[in-house]
Order: sequence, then structure tokens, then C-alpha cells
Amino acid sequence: MSLELRVKNYLQLNLSLLYWIFVAPFTGQLFKIGPIFRQMVSIGVRAAPMVALTAFSIGVTLAMQAAHSLQSLGAEIYVPDLVMLTLLRELGPVLIAVIVIGRSGSAVAAELGTMKVSEEIEALEVMAINPVQYLVVPRFLAMLVMLPALTIFGDYIGILGGWAVCRFALDFNTAGYVLRAVESADTWDLYSGMIKSAVFAWIIITIACNAGLNVEGGAEGVGQATTAAVVQSILAMLVTNAVLTSIFFFSA
Amino acid sequence: MNPNGETIIEVNNLVRRFGDRAVLDGISFNVHRGETLVIMGGSGCGKSTLLRHMIGSMKPTSGSVKLFGEEITGMKERELESVRLRFGMLFQSGALLASLTVGENVSLPLFQHTNKSADEIEQIVKQKLAVVGLTGFEDLRPDEISGGMKKRVGLSRALALEPELLFSDEPTSGLDPIMTAVVDQLTLNLTKGSHMTAVVVSHDMTSAFRIATRMIMLGHGSIVAEGTPDEIQNSPNPEVQQFIHGKPDGPIPLNVSQEEHKDHQHVRPRPFLGGRFRFHHKHT
Repeated sequence: MSLELRVKNYLQLNLSLLYWIFVAPFTGQLFKIGPIFRQMVSIGVRAAPMVALTAFSIGVTLAMQAAHSLQSLGAEIYVPDLVMLTLLRELGPVLIAVIVIGRSGSAVAAELGTMKVSEEIEALEVMAINPVQYLVVPRFLAMLVMLPALTIFGDYIGILGGWAVCRFALDFNTAGYVLRAVESADTWDLYSGMIKSAVFAWIIITIACNAGLNVEGGAEGVGQATTAAVVQSILAMLVTNAVLTSIFFFSA
Repeated sequence: MNPNGETIIEVNNLVRRFGDRAVLDGISFNVHRGETLVIMGGSGCGKSTLLRHMIGSMKPTSGSVKLFGEEITGMKERELESVRLRFGMLFQSGALLASLTVGENVSLPLFQHTNKSADEIEQIVKQKLAVVGLTGFEDLRPDEISGGMKKRVGLSRALALEPELLFSDEPTSGLDPIMTAVVDQLTLNLTKGSHMTAVVVSHDMTSAFRIATRMIMLGHGSIVAEGTPDEIQNSPNPEVQQFIHGKPDGPIPLNVSQEEHKDHQHVRPRPFLGGRFRFHHKHT
């Protein structure tokens, strides 16, 4: 498939997604809640243990590296600030998006790709059921809710990791760590991370669904589409993150 | 044939090219209400492509397809949906949704397109499954039943909305002779009793002659023969005779050259790289 056609397909998917989310509900075609919740469980709830482990490790690592550098300046007191801000603004949204891409982006691309290959998508169309409405919308809405939710959850666990280092390896007490951490961040730090992860959710799920719906050529095609979905969404997500960071924190 | 019946399908000079190769090269025919049209022809002759044009999932290079008097070739997806509600389609593999149970598959069009209550839908699903001999299979998943059963579930799903028109892609391949007869009987009951129209793509000559009121044989992208089952049976055309009697020798070429398939979307010739390595030991 040519690049031009691929871009066209992707934009078309986004347009029809916008239609089904913002226009269709006002013409009486409401969302079905059941499928959305099922997707929320598989995309969000089941990813929670992985997210927790990743975020905890990152929190611990951040605190150790910060302590190492800041100790030589005698500024260990700033370790909580660094852990808190880095997690809320950058590493939280980015790393959790990476986990969700690896777990759900690939799964969605493979699932829709298999459905395409086994004529299921065509069968839906022939039954006058729009595949975007029936398959993409629930996944999209679930992702849009669950990725920011997972990000908040991951931020908490990461901060817990930072606390573990500060409490047991440095001379912090719990109250001191919490006070320092809360003081260092303001609400905008949290919101910027939330905005980022909502944008990432959009990118991840549209790329995955588009790759799945445009699979050609059997099992091999499904494999290629899954790989492409993962690689493209990680790249797109990281580039978008750089752009958003520059807008949020560097433009003023 | 029923010349007085309303025309349900009108295909006019339909052409579809993949690159230079015309898979469908000027096909025209009509189907009237209550008829059962069987489309036959060798593998790769464009039967499935023709079917895909009739259900609107492929757009022709030129020509027109009218369903229920409406031109579908230029239709947008949303207009096409209202036409699609009036026909059902049975796919060759059944095309059941693997994530849903058998019962959910059959009830899917009912939940999506009608306002019936869950209880009513359950009754309809039970009845539709009973018709194809699958009572009590509602809670199994498609990967737990055989290929022939999937096809029968696909048929009951296609019939769930009581369509006026049914397309079937090889409805009886993979079914045992008894089930073939049951499915044929079902098609006959629906066309004779409920004035449903059926378009069936089939290789199975026994079944084809049992259900057809009219037959079309495709070859080289155009219609080789057309007529009632009797006319086809007695056709002087040697290609038709070879096909309906399944003879290995005759005018239909056995080999389709790669040249012919060069630009065919689904069959890409590949360089035979393996050969060089496979016979390596002979060179030494």
C-alpha cells in the first residue's frame, strides 16, 4: 500500500471516529455501554499490575540517580521534587503509554487484523453494521478513559518507589518526603501529564485500529500490521511528547 | 423463470479490472423476485468478485449494479446500509465473529437493527438455529464447532432479519449430503413459500440443479452460458458439459498461466527462490 493511501486511510478513520463520537449520539445512535466497559477492563484494569511494577521501578531508579548526583552538592532534600516532577510531567505519561502500546496497541491491531483476514469485518459491513462504530468506538473511548487513569495510578506508585528509597536509604521520614513532594508540584504539572496521556491514547488506538482494519494477505499481514502498529505508535507518541513538552513548559 | 416478477437485481455491462487483466469483462443479467440464480464456473473465474460487486463491497471499473431498483455502485457507505438491511449474505467460511457465541452471532443484526426485546430476540435466535438443525448450540463459541456448523450458523444469521434477498457463497461445500439436502430444502422453502430471491455461487452440481430456477456459467470474465437447469443440462456448449459432469478433459484450460495472473490482486506470482537451494546437493 502506498504511503499516500495509508495516510488517507488514517485520516478517514479519524474523521469517521469523530462522526461516531460527536455527531451520531445526537441522531439517536447512542453508545452501547457494555462493550466499552469490556474494553476498559482488558485495556485498563488488566494492565494495572504491569503498570505498577514499571512505575515502582522507575520511581526507585529516579530517586537513586537523583540522590547520587544531588548528594555531592549536599542537596538530597531535592530528591522528592525531582521524582515528583519527572514522573508527573514526563516519565509517567510516556512509560505508561509504552506499556499500553506493547500490551493493548498490539492486541487491538492483531485482533482487528485477524477479523479482517477472516472476512468478519466484511460480514459486519454486509449486515449494515459499521465497523468503526461497532469495533473502533468502544476501544477508543475505553483507551481515552483508561490511559489517563493508568497514568495517575502509575504516578502514585512511582512516587511510592521514590519514597522507598528516601525513607530507607536516605535520611527522610515519610512526612518530610510527602511534604517536599507535594510542595514541589502544582496542579498544572498533573494536568499537563493528563493532557499528554489523553493525546497519547488517541494516537495509540487510532494507529492500532487503522493497522488492523487495513491488513492484507493472511497471517503474515496480521504480523506485519501488529509490528507496524507498535513501532509507529511508539515513534508518534515520543515525537508528540517532545512537541507537547515544548509547548507546555518551554514556550512561555 | 418468472418474467412477470419484479426485477430485484440488475447487473449491466459490469467490468472490473485488476491492472490489465479484466476479471469481469462486461457481465449483464437480471434476477427477478422469487428466482434462485445459481452462478457457477471454475476456480478463479470471477464468481466471488461478481458476488462482492453485488453486495457493494467492491466498486466496479465500469458498469452498473442495481439492487431493488437502486444503483449501488456510486453509493456512500450510509446509503448502502439501508440497502444492505434488505438482503442477507452467507460467506464461504461463515464469517462468524470469533469473540461472540453462536447465539450472539445470530442475534447481532437483530440487536443492531430492530427494537425487539431481549426475550423476543432469544426466541427468534432459537427458531433460526432450529431451522438449520442447531438447537441448543447458542452458548458455544465459533471455534468449538465444525466448519459445516459454522456455515449453518452463518446461514441462520443471514436469515435473522428475514431478508428479501439472500446471497450465498458456496452454501453447501463442507456439508454432508444430508445437511446439503436440508440447506437446499430450506432455500427452496424460502424462495417458493416466502418469495425470497436467492443468488447462490456453487460448485456442487447436485445441489445447484436441485435449487436453481436459472443458472449462469462464468468463464474468462464473461457469461459462457445462461438458462434454466434443463437448458444448461442439454446445452451443446462443450465447456458447460465438461463443467457440469466434472470431466478432467475438455475445452476449459487446466493451467492458468502466471502471465494471466500478473496483476490479479489476490494471487501474486512469486519468484521461485526455494528451488535453487532445494536441489543444491545435485550440483555437487
